[in-house]
Amino acid sequence: MNAIFEGIGASVRRKEDLRFISGRGHYTDDMNRTGQLHCILKRSDRPHAIIRSIDTSAAKAAPGVVAVFTHADLDADGVGGVPCGWQIHSKDGSPMVEPAHPVLATGRVRHVGDPIVAVIAETRQQAKDAAELLVIDFEDLPAVAHIADAIAPGAPLVHDAAPGNTCFDWHIGDKAMVDAAFERAAHRVKLDLTNNRLVPNAMEPRCAIGDYDPMSGDFTLITTSQNPHVIRLLMGAFVLHIPEHRLRVVAPDVGGGFGSKIYHYAEEAIVTWAAGKLHRPVKWTSDRTEAFMSDAHGRDHASTAEMALDAEGNFLALRVSTVANLGAYLSTFAPAVPTYLSATLLAGVYRTPAIYAEVRAIFTNTVPIDAYRGAGRPESTFLLERLLDTIAHDTGIDRIELRRRNFIPADAFPYQTPVALQYDSGDYQSTLNAALKAADWDGFPARKAEANSRGKLRGIGVSTYVEACGIAPSKLVGALGARAALYEVAQIRVHPTGSVSVFTGTHSHGQGHETTFAQLVASQLGIPYENVDIVHGDTNKIPFGMGTYGSRSLAVGGSAMVKAMDKIILKGRKIAAHLLEAAVEDVVFENGQFTVAGTDRSKSFGEIALTAYVPHNYPIEELEPGLEETAFYDPANFTFPGGCHICEVEIDPETGVTTVVNFTAVDDVGRVINPMIVEGQIQGGVAQGIGQALLENAVYDQQGQLVSASFMDYTMPRADDLPNISVGTETTLCTHNPLGVKGCGEVGAIGSPPSVINAVVDALSDYGVRHLDMPATAHKIWSIINASGMKMAAE
Amino acid sequence: MPNVTLTVNGKSHTVEVEGRTLLVELLREKLGLTGTHVGCDTSQCGACVVHIDGNSVKSCTTLALQADGTTVTTIEGLAAADGTLHPMQEAFREHHALQCGFCTPGMVMSAIDLVQKNPQGLSEADIRHGLEGNLCRCTGYHNIVKAVSAAWHTMHGKELVAAE
Repeated sequence: MNAIFEGIGASVRRKEDLRFISGRGHYTDDMNRTGQLHCILKRSDRPHAIIRSIDTSAAKAAPGVVAVFTHADLDADGVGGVPCGWQIHSKDGSPMVEPAHPVLATGRVRHVGDPIVAVIAETRQQAKDAAELLVIDFEDLPAVAHIADAIAPGAPLVHDAAPGNTCFDWHIGDKAMVDAAFERAAHRVKLDLTNNRLVPNAMEPRCAIGDYDPMSGDFTLITTSQNPHVIRLLMGAFVLHIPEHRLRVVAPDVGGGFGSKIYHYAEEAIVTWAAGKLHRPVKWTSDRTEAFMSDAHGRDHASTAEMALDAEGNFLALRVSTVANLGAYLSTFAPAVPTYLSATLLAGVYRTPAIYAEVRAIFTNTVPIDAYRGAGRPESTFLLERLLDTIAHDTGIDRIELRRRNFIPADAFPYQTPVALQYDSGDYQSTLNAALKAADWDGFPARKAEANSRGKLRGIGVSTYVEACGIAPSKLVGALGARAALYEVAQIRVHPTGSVSVFTGTHSHGQGHETTFAQLVASQLGIPYENVDIVHGDTNKIPFGMGTYGSRSLAVGGSAMVKAMDKIILKGRKIAAHLLEAAVEDVVFENGQFTVAGTDRSKSFGEIALTAYVPHNYPIEELEPGLEETAFYDPANFTFPGGCHICEVEIDPETGVTTVVNFTAVDDVGRVINPMIVEGQIQGGVAQGIGQALLENAVYDQQGQLVSASFMDYTMPRADDLPNISVGTETTLCTHNPLGVKGCGEVGAIGSPPSVINAVVDALSDYGVRHLDMPATAHKIWSIINASGMKMAAE
Repeated sequence: MPNVTLTVNGKSHTVEVEGRTLLVELLREKLGLTGTHVGCDTSQCGACVVHIDGNSVKSCTTLALQADGTTVTTIEGLAAADGTLHPMQEAFREHHALQCGFCTPGMVMSAIDLVQKNPQGLSEADIRHGLEGNLCRCTGYHNIVKAVSAAWHTMHGKELVAAE
């Protein structure tokens, strides 16, 4: 087994970089097809309204316009609605309310950005000009955008079929056990908190090109997707009724996803369907404002959390009640986010014996909400780690000691939590210790004193967390409501001269798969890294796959590669045994050589490959020619990366501006294939976490208008908003996948936000601040300081 | 429709444009230079940065007509004819300063201008401030700052003393 991992662990520079740094990437909008038309979508500028009429006549007559489509055209063709991929059942066993999600608004618009009309013209400018000529007569309806308004008695209904705007009312855990523990508790600590609404904002706006070949009947969709096979499945089977063999979905270079490019979006169906109607390619490219009002948003939870403790500060029980905003329609995985991706993580890294959580998911007149980097785990981690510091605040127990006292001990794995998950491995004391040391926790008082002498407030905050990723065991998620499986697929094609093409169902949109996977395959097959090519993002090339999200690509996709390579190696041993006149059992494969054990008789990997394709001396009766294998890998469990993040901030009390002065992450992501890439993934995740904690907020006004719909209004973290981010790893191996890997894509965004807010609250401790919701903007902090009427302690 | 004559990456072009045509549209759609990207519509993200007469400019808020008679360099024009990369491109690759690559062309073009205009030196804070017109969602900027610092040393012929 050890030989497998030789060469792994090197910070190999990325294969994909050459094309990106020289401007030769191939993103969807870089592509144009002969005869291509351009689609502009007329979207609702109303949060909630009845569409009385749509007059398309002027638009249809405008220069260059080829077609103008409304829902009536789609209906006439039997086009289905956008499907949801996960079904949750309420406490009473009833299925969630699943309202229709039309591709183009049908009779009613439910959020600003809801698409109503598709205008298709020879040029993008012509389509834009024509869209201005559409006359839509609306009858405005009262709207709800915020959680509190949507659940208020008598609130306007987003969908008539969802009384109280409730999609589902779900729960998990043992309520009676939790209630009993609260009865006997020495301490009870309660905290209300929100998890702010975010916009993923991958730098590449979404884009889709539909094409149709009337000779063959083949459709092609080129799209900015994290999972082309999932799009083919959803759009083909549910929306456009195109069988798989007639529909090719290509996701070329994709400029970031962070979850927002998982989902099947209406625009993909519109351009594909329109290409079929018009027999010409149709392209739609989102502009940024459009992205703000049509890409799925993230987070937006309001929770109450209560912990029961004994007199020594041991956790007895946790009770959580959450309202989760799902937006106006159900996006692909939305129902899973606040439930099985969030509430199941409420044990965190702690041995809390009893947990009960209830989640009410609601509709509002806002953009649909779905998984955004971390998807549910940042919400539960923020809740838990803020609650931990609040417990420390209320009980006077040191926050580090409180964590240590309640950690799941390293020898308790596998550890069954009270909320369904079984953690396979971890060592939370060790990541905490390493982070405390790296962040010089003990030196903080001196740094605080020095900052105070400069008139600055200084605070330090810690977060210890675990998350569940590497999603996911198909049988388990099926039982929990997933309408799809979550295995992954790899095909390894060894070419006659020994080079290798790897076809993976995962998709790289910044993660560096072309490098990491090549390292993995090269080291396992004992061939040069340069001889391995990774192919992804095309349903016509790759057998199948579920794509990239939930930090699953290496843990699930990489494991599928190992499984396929095992088959290659076994076949290679059979061929070698024939050539070397030995028994298969006596042939071992090591460092690219098939050798008869204990002898110097061997054949190289290249010789075996050539023999497989030129089978002149070959056991042709027993063995097929060729050397190509496919494997489906269905994981036995989730993987559980975890660790400790420590943030140190300075606040200028004159302005309320918070500066992150130090950030230290020590994470356990399992075995690391490419440390450089892992570090980069964690730094990027932390940057998004700091963004959530201090800067980012998607704001709707009371009437449901999206106020923050551009980079002028939505604060993206810029280079001078962020610190250097120190990353370390402490490794325990995943016990159930062949690589021992856990995943690193989301840990940064999951672990960091509470560490930032804990640091801000610490810095503001003299002002009596117990909790602060995200984002901790300068205005919010300045208002607290100003209202206190207090001057700095040092003054 | 009026004509624009400009030199792009050493090659002269005369292109018919509409009055409203943006420089980035001319580059991407008329000249096929798709390395220059569009990431926003408010001149905030910097994915579209090119050099006009040696200065970094956001091509999404420059009319093609404004570029008449100028010399434009895009990301495709940085490497030498033999394929040798510009030191900034090398530094981005060496320091893993890119992930999805979408912001990279604009980031590289801005960074080159920043380095060229600051021969006296660039602190980490200078680099962070100098790049605040370019958004990156993937890297957290940590490695971009490292890359630009390293490229400053290469471009100004100074030896890089390991700072970390």
